[in-house]
Amino acid sequence: MIPEIGNLALSFALAIALIQFILPLVGIYANRWRWILIAGPATMVQFFFVFIAFLSLSWSFYVDDFSVQFVALHSYRSLPVAYKIAATWGGHEGALLLWIFMLSFWSLAVALFSNQLPSMTRARVLSILGGLAVGFLSFILFTSNPFDRILPDFPLDGRDLNPLLQDPGMVIHPPMLYMGYVGFSVAFAFAITALMEGRIDSLWARWVRPWTLAAWIFLTAGVALGSWWAYYELGWGGWWFWDPVENASFMPWLIGTSLLHSLAATEKRGVFKAWTVLLAIAAFSFSLLGTFLVRSGVLTSVHAFANDPVRGTYILAFLGVVVGSSLTLFAARASSVSVSGWFDWLSKELLLLLNNLLLTVAAVMILIGTLFPIFAEAFDWGKISVGPPYFNLIFTTLMTPLVFLVGLGPMVNWRQYSMAQLGRKSLVAAIVALSIGLLVTFFETQHVAMDQFKIFLGVFLSVWLTSLALSDLLTKSRGKSTAKFRKLSASYYGMHLAHIGLAFTVLGVVLTSHLSIEKNLRVGVNQQVSVAGYQFKFEGVSDFNGSNFDGIKGKFIVTNDGDFVAELQPEKRRYHASGQWMTEAAIDPALSRDIYVALGEQLPHSQDWAVRIYVKPFVRCIWFGALLMALGGTLAMSDKRYRKKVAAKFSPKTKSSSNSENISNNSAA
Amino acid sequence: MMIQSKRLFLYLLPLALFVGLTLLLYSGLGKDPTELDSQLIGQKIPVFSKSLLFKPDAIITDKDIKGPALINIWGSWCPACYHEHPYFMELAKQKVVAIYGLNYKDGRAEALKFIQKLGNPYDQIIVDKNGRLGIDLGVYGAPETFVINHENRIVYRHVGVVNAQVWETLLKPRLTQQTKQLSDRE
Amino acid sequence: MSYLIPKRLFLFVLLIPLSFVTLSAFASIDVYSFKDPSQELRFAQLTEELRCPKCQNNNLADSNSPLAKDLKDIIYEKMLAGETDEEITHYLKQRYGDFVSYKPPVKPFTWLIWYGPFILLLLGAFGVYRYMGGRKISLSAQNKSAISNSSQSLIDQWDSEKGDPEQPNSSSVQQKKQENDEESPSQESNS
Repeated sequence: MIPEIGNLALSFALAIALIQFILPLVGIYANRWRWILIAGPATMVQFFFVFIAFLSLSWSFYVDDFSVQFVALHSYRSLPVAYKIAATWGGHEGALLLWIFMLSFWSLAVALFSNQLPSMTRARVLSILGGLAVGFLSFILFTSNPFDRILPDFPLDGRDLNPLLQDPGMVIHPPMLYMGYVGFSVAFAFAITALMEGRIDSLWARWVRPWTLAAWIFLTAGVALGSWWAYYELGWGGWWFWDPVENASFMPWLIGTSLLHSLAATEKRGVFKAWTVLLAIAAFSFSLLGTFLVRSGVLTSVHAFANDPVRGTYILAFLGVVVGSSLTLFAARASSVSVSGWFDWLSKELLLLLNNLLLTVAAVMILIGTLFPIFAEAFDWGKISVGPPYFNLIFTTLMTPLVFLVGLGPMVNWRQYSMAQLGRKSLVAAIVALSIGLLVTFFETQHVAMDQFKIFLGVFLSVWLTSLALSDLLTKSRGKSTAKFRKLSASYYGMHLAHIGLAFTVLGVVLTSHLSIEKNLRVGVNQQVSVAGYQFKFEGVSDFNGSNFDGIKGKFIVTNDGDFVAELQPEKRRYHASGQWMTEAAIDPALSRDIYVALGEQLPHSQDWAVRIYVKPFVRCIWFGALLMALGGTLAMSDKRYRKKVAAKFSPKTKSSSNSENISNNSAA
Repeated sequence: MMIQSKRLFLYLLPLALFVGLTLLLYSGLGKDPTELDSQLIGQKIPVFSKSLLFKPDAIITDKDIKGPALINIWGSWCPACYHEHPYFMELAKQKVVAIYGLNYKDGRAEALKFIQKLGNPYDQIIVDKNGRLGIDLGVYGAPETFVINHENRIVYRHVGVVNAQVWETLLKPRLTQQTKQLSDRE
Repeated sequence: MSYLIPKRLFLFVLLIPLSFVTLSAFASIDVYSFKDPSQELRFAQLTEELRCPKCQNNNLADSNSPLAKDLKDIIYEKMLAGETDEEITHYLKQRYGDFVSYKPPVKPFTWLIWYGPFILLLLGAFGVYRYMGGRKISLSAQNKSAISNSSQSLIDQWDSEKGDPEQPNSSSVQQKKQENDEESPSQESNS
């Protein structure tokens, strides 16, 4: 019964979404107020039905309704409850439902928190979000219905969720990531609205900024969680693999970051309008592209869902319609956007432009690299792999100047700044960063020159960035707090926090990549091995049982010159339903280093075991930095200027009449 | 006006790039990205010296292989091999082509059991216990089937199950392919 | 409509590896003994750069497929025999193609990925240069070190002429008056 309710709710949601999409747009052109005003209520009702559908699927998982095919394939009777719920998004159909749920959630948020918008604008934004919902709802209903039954003979216990996904990471990583992906749909809808209305200005930018920030925060958290999860779960100790699906989440992040910065310039100075709109379209397009890559089977990936060319064709067609029409609208309208606002070569605007250039090129580079195998295939150049050696090299080359400039950006004024002043302000930071960088390199002599240079560069850049941020914070908060209108805003603090987060991530990446010690060793029971100054005593293995698995657990006592450091118990689990073996590494975390032990197999004809021991310095900094970035974003979002009522200036009446004239206004100016 | 059209071109650029991207993605749909092309097309089969499954003491070398022929890589551990075996039995009955079996990374006892149960379609069964010949052939998963021509040069490699359709459309037409045609294609 | 799914189709679906992550997280740990730490490092780096042809989501170092194990054994033997990384990679490429290395070769057809990003960067930089050149007005050039108040107000005046009066941003002077509290010091021009 419940699955049928879910199915019905999805159909209703589709019907409502159609209304939400079509009526307001038609209403605007036909001048029918009632049709326009339906956008808000329709959005709420659509959310209600999608929510019912989502609950129905989760409920089916909760009560082990294995007559539902999707539940049968992704759950298991003795699976812990939290994982049963999380299994709702453990496969293509459910993950798609999660995506739709997030989309309707964001639409609801726009409907609820956009009272300050002119009602035309609000109706347009909601209508566009409704259009996206129509696309995804028909996709799920016609190609991937999670409520399909498999009567009469269904499996009694289910086929189990992939053991890899039975992890707390599964409970939070996908929702976070999808919140981020889908969140860019709001910025997208605002961008299309702006193009339709022909009005792109700083007020528009101020509406879009908090939504973009919110999506960016979730995406930052989602990507970081994914990286952290891969690190402790996959058993290889890596934290980024440049897998196509990781890339699919990283490209929208880079474009989203770029968008945030260009929005700042558009809001404060009214510059880069067309470019900002293009980025808003691009950020969501990259999210859609990610969906396509995961679900179409065109690439070999760790995360690929079950592949189905029909689904791939549908998403590609949807992608083509959505992005194609947006870019057509862009080409038609953006060229008439006025160019205004003067700035000099050394100015915040120019630095933001360079930031955008580097971030966009990096995203395009990842796109080309990720899709190149398809490209080579299409032109019959044979199979080719584009992997970490390529991405690491090109990406770091592009990011080095970016991180350097990030330090300078906040100090430089809008419009114009003097080189001398910049030099004076950054001199101390340069000296501090140089000396710390050289010091670290000096003490770290076991590396070849090239690696030493990279370590130096990493340390230099993160210290440079941090000390510039700190000195800017100090001078500005101390010197100017007295002046009344120069009170520092929350978004200012948020920006610096996020930049310091970037410095931590850079430091973590560089130090972990070059200073990690990784050993595969043969260890006998009660034998002791020494890795990177730590002694590991292997005390043997024991059997143990979990709720839906059993396995063996090794025990290692880690000491440092006789001082106890940790007791680590790496596991190997065999899951009952699939018979699959899983490695669960044991980690002793600390900000300065992780100790990581994974248990391999017992070596033939002996009592010895193969074990993998890693000592990874500063690996936590990578995710700590991402956490700071997300916190910085949250702080910036709390800025009170985003909650200010500005609607008074634009009464709906004047707006509706002046919509069409706006373009001409702008271009005339 | 010049400036106007120049700007318009700039604003059309994203759309143009996107259309190209979509076409590219469309071309990738339905293809299997995991399937690898053989690197040995046009080359002679690798030099080897291996034992035979039924005569463990006898040695077979690459000189003993007489093309045109099929070389089928199989193992008792490979589920799809059970699936394709009946078709090889049928092919063998028709006696249209010589079929060599390469028993890849298998135990002798298990391999013999496999053959006793399902029949022997092979003219010879080469034993590649350590898998080195397989690696020289660029094998990455059983079953795989190589087509070699009269000069013992590799003409084609099929990855996956062989059935009537694969034989008729992919393997049979290539048996008569000349080496020269291959190098022309390059 | 769900009931109409043929049972055979369902069984077929069951056979496909289903959920999201198709690789096995059963880390492979192989123990080799090396003559010195630098050789060990070389082995680790090389096997990380090579892709397992069988389970294609893994590099050789992490893969637990039997083929990856065999290939690692071969690499180990070759390394002990004194072969260079290039020779070993060449050996594998001869058998499995360019696919086997995660590092794409630099050939004319891969110029797109190797040089493309930098060409794009140059084009972008050129675009920025043109953009700046096109909008530069003569009053900008002078007095970079100290912006006098008079030139500042000139800029403001110019801005407000340019802008749409409906837009609060277009004139920063207006904006300052209207929305004082949202000014962050970073956007102030004179200090």
